[in-house]
Amino acid sequence: MTSGDGRGTLWQRVTIAIPYLWLLVFFLAPFAIILKISFADPIIAQPPFTPLLDESGSPHITADNYTFLLTDKLYIVTYLKSVFMAAVATVLCLMLGFPMAYGIARAESAVRNILLLLIILPFWISFLLRVYAWMGLLNNYGLINNLLLWLGVIQQPVQLIYTDFAVYIGLVYSYLPFMVLPLYATLERMDPDLVDASQDLGASPAQAFRDITWPMARPGVIAGCLLVFIPAMGEYVIPYLLGGPESLMIGRVLFDEFFVNRDWPLASSVAILLLMLLVAPIAFLQRQRREEVEGG
Amino acid sequence: MSRRRSGFTFSVLAFGYAFLYIPLVSVIIYSFNDSRLATVWGGFSTRWYGELMRNEQVLTAAFLSLQIAVVTATLSTIFGTMAGMALARFRRFRGRTLFSGMVTAPLVMPEVITGLSLLLLFVSLQQLIGWPAQRGFSTITMAHTTFALAYVTVIVQSRLAAMDESLEEAAMDLGGRPLRVVFDITLPLIAPAMVAGWLLAFTLSLDDLVIASFVSGPGGSTLPMVIFSKVKLGVTPDINALATLFIAIVSLGVVIAWWAALRSRR
Repeated sequence: MTSGDGRGTLWQRVTIAIPYLWLLVFFLAPFAIILKISFADPIIAQPPFTPLLDESGSPHITADNYTFLLTDKLYIVTYLKSVFMAAVATVLCLMLGFPMAYGIARAESAVRNILLLLIILPFWISFLLRVYAWMGLLNNYGLINNLLLWLGVIQQPVQLIYTDFAVYIGLVYSYLPFMVLPLYATLERMDPDLVDASQDLGASPAQAFRDITWPMARPGVIAGCLLVFIPAMGEYVIPYLLGGPESLMIGRVLFDEFFVNRDWPLASSVAILLLMLLVAPIAFLQRQRREEVEGG
Repeated sequence: MSRRRSGFTFSVLAFGYAFLYIPLVSVIIYSFNDSRLATVWGGFSTRWYGELMRNEQVLTAAFLSLQIAVVTATLSTIFGTMAGMALARFRRFRGRTLFSGMVTAPLVMPEVITGLSLLLLFVSLQQLIGWPAQRGFSTITMAHTTFALAYVTVIVQSRLAAMDESLEEAAMDLGGRPLRVVFDITLPLIAPAMVAGWLLAFTLSLDDLVIASFVSGPGGSTLPMVIFSKVKLGVTPDINALATLFIAIVSLGVVIAWWAALRSRR
């Protein structure tokens, strides 16, 4: 089965070629097209951008979109804010997800399966409807405000929805399983006797955590953080439905630039710049995964 | 483990699960609220379910989404299984690094980028070769297959990596032709992974809003697109009912799968 010479039989070549071609056409080629259109000018036509070569055959390339994005304050703020919000959401996911994964990994095996199932279950329910559920809770007259009013903590409803706070809630809620599952996978492999042994030898719980648990969980921490951070950077639905005017995130700006302003070239260059921010974390994740699955 | 520590772990777990499930429970409760206002409890009622069932727009969109999800899941299971076998079993072939990169990148690629890039591809293809003439069912299905096949590949590849190769090798040594070995040995062994991949691809396709919004055309509104256009304006009771149906179906499916897995282990 294992082909050593790299040529292989006919069916092996077919097995490789079909998904390979599909991905070349539908995944790789589109990036070349985005790149091309990001150097065009918007025009009112169908499609709404200038061709790479004009009628006389001379190339029509403009870097206007990029100069605009890199000098316009709004866009720079949006990029920084997206990085910041995705990073905060990642840290919050880690702070909640780590003890959860630890608790699940240390539970008895019958309980453990149910706990894991309950982590995965929300993931199968429509993402959009789960974000929508928070709209009902965070509303001015929603459950949280009503509860706080009833408890007498507040006298008037607090503005929760359409704020950055609501976006963080939505991000942590949606991406928590992506943090818990890889963390669980590494923590489950860890021998709990190690921690006990270190404590018997006089290490404090904090020392045991720093010197044993944390280093052993590191691959899971890195994988979990990347799985949360990368998609959160380009999030559109959560900032749109839960965020306010100040919750600027690139995904939302790209979507609006495309659908509201119908500026395809500018949307393309927004996408290229977002991609450039994400190339390093994506490559890092790939290397991690390769080591995991293929053993180095 | 000290008692104090397990107390802490227990409270975090309780908080975490409450955080995950309170929104779902509140949607279920409000879906039976007779009042149109989300704030007042107007008594128990199933009227929103009735209204949902009479909503032509929602039903049409749901039917379109289901069709797209079935075709997407089937295509991506076929392609994803091929890709997973290629990556797990053929150690070296030309362009392997690029291939494994293209397979995993869609897993984390922000949806806005995937959606925009695929739409620009379809527009360019239409200009060049006149196909696809219309955007809708076919373009959404192709877009969904592209990112769903990545998930299937990962599932199949990990299953194959965890599996002993000796069965396949033995069949080969006994003179089995490669294609027969695949159909008689490999595929039955990875069937559970393929089923899991199919279900995941189906769910992902049914769930997608952003990519479908980009690559769809006039008249091609999927269920998430219809939900989104309603939800934009705020909380609406019939969407509560729809969400409750989703939660019920998914929970039922997961419980059945879990029960089947338990039974087969005994």
